[in-house]
Amino acid sequence: MSVLVYTENWDGKFKKLTFELISYANEIASKLNMDVTALSIGDVSDDELQKLGKYGAKKILSVKDAKLKNLENNVYTSIISKAATTINASVVILSNNNTGKAIAPRLSVKLKAGLASGVVDLPSSYEPFIIKKKIFSGKAFANVCIKTPVKVVTLFQNSFEIKVSETNAVIENIAMDANEADFKTTIIDVNKQTNKLLLTDADIVVSGGRGMRGPENWWAIEELAKLLDAATACSRPVSDEGWRTHEEHTGQTGKVIAPNLYIACGISGAIQHIAGISSTKCIVAINKDPEAPIFEVADYGIVGDVMTVLPELISAVKEFKNSI
Amino acid sequence: MIKILVCISNVPDTTTKIKFANSNKTLDSVGTQWIINPWDELALTRAIELKEAAPAFVQSVTVAHVGMIDAEPTIRKALAMGADDAIRVNAIANDSYSVAMQLAEVIKNNSFDIILCGIESSDYNNSTVGGMLSEILEIPSVSSVSSITIENDKVQLKREIDGGFETISVASPFVAIAQKGIAKEPRIPSMRGIMTARTKTLQVVEGVQADALVEYVEFELPVAKSSCKKVDAENVKELINLLHNEAKVI
Repeated sequence: MSVLVYTENWDGKFKKLTFELISYANEIASKLNMDVTALSIGDVSDDELQKLGKYGAKKILSVKDAKLKNLENNVYTSIISKAATTINASVVILSNNNTGKAIAPRLSVKLKAGLASGVVDLPSSYEPFIIKKKIFSGKAFANVCIKTPVKVVTLFQNSFEIKVSETNAVIENIAMDANEADFKTTIIDVNKQTNKLLLTDADIVVSGGRGMRGPENWWAIEELAKLLDAATACSRPVSDEGWRTHEEHTGQTGKVIAPNLYIACGISGAIQHIAGISSTKCIVAINKDPEAPIFEVADYGIVGDVMTVLPELISAVKEFKNSI
Repeated sequence: MIKILVCISNVPDTTTKIKFANSNKTLDSVGTQWIINPWDELALTRAIELKEAAPAFVQSVTVAHVGMIDAEPTIRKALAMGADDAIRVNAIANDSYSVAMQLAEVIKNNSFDIILCGIESSDYNNSTVGGMLSEILEIPSVSSVSSITIENDKVQLKREIDGGFETISVASPFVAIAQKGIAKEPRIPSMRGIMTARTKTLQVVEGVQADALVEYVEFELPVAKSSCKKVDAENVKELINLLHNEAKVI
């Protein structure tokens, strides 16, 4: 019996969430007296694969095939389910991101395994298997009991601390046995930037709202983000106005993120926006309205005009960077 | 000609203050306003737009819902927006799997070419029904769909991926799991739409036996956050100091 983790890489390098998933799986596996097996799909080097051992993976299954360059829900589901069956997995863990959301439900049906998605903690009980998940976009939590022998879990990002647990990992290359007919979708075109920090993978996020007054002021958001190695985000009105692209829209109907630090610039904090950032460790709000609801969820706040405060913050960060 | 099915969920208005009852075993829905799940509403809007743009290709837009009679006002709203007809599976939505099983039955008994589901529901945030449905029916699923277009009777989808998007074509029938961007704004029913919705067909079918795989045992509210520490706008250096030494996030 084993705990299986579906890992994710970004251009051949594991995403931070992968190490979080392995650490999380390691904790569950030790409670169940099992080992962690990691599954990697895609072109990942052995050196990179070995890194998974550092967080507790004992066995690494690697499937490399040029045909698997793009996520094909049907084929990926087959590969993961086959791996789960082969190693007799009792818990299968994925991330609760777009990839996990695409695959986990199919996997759940294929393995006849109950699925708890968007979980935020270790199981509170293993027999019965009860686990906490986010509901109402973070406004509440539900404790869900998975009633099937095999369980599928998707972990909400940044809800578990990455822990080192040096393990000697064995890499096993496995062949993809899917055939042409299993690929149900045809990718006509791929349009992606690979040199960009992913918003959902960033430790720090600098975000702008309508208080920024217009796209011409975004240089300040971008400059601060660059200094802090942060990703940039925005509120819904900003993406609706077309000041920024929809990919940056953070909130209930946009991206739900959980960075360590979120700097909200000129964002009033509508309930739908808060829902998208409620799991952030530390929220900083800059807003000229002292009554803005964002201050109710912020850890630190500055009441002031964002276009006056931001340049000062930028020079303060520069000074800080030079001092360390 | 193709037929589109949009699966809709009935959820509390997104501004609802969440409360629980029965020692946190159930949601306290007293005074709750119920709406079409926002992602489903966008998917439905897009389906209606597709039919309007290509009436010779899109034959009909049907909505399906799994739930009891109290969801009918929400279903009528979908009809008022412009769906042609509706099916309500008269069964309690116990978990995503049982809902997907009920919807699969509806699809087996009718023939649909495009099945649209919202990427998640705003209540349980599971993001599961669309994917489960496709696996039960053994048909393709395209997830995180932010655009669906029909040109020369060919359907093309855009799927959001890390750092960008893919343009995809897929053979019917398939499930498209819609996220933000699929439609610009949800369609607001017109007066005429509201009038005609009353006479459109809302078929009620009995549910099949579908066991839940998970069970919601208990609910809880998040612990209140400690209050916000204000830093003077003249002294942003203090903020850096707090972020570095107190919060330890930079």
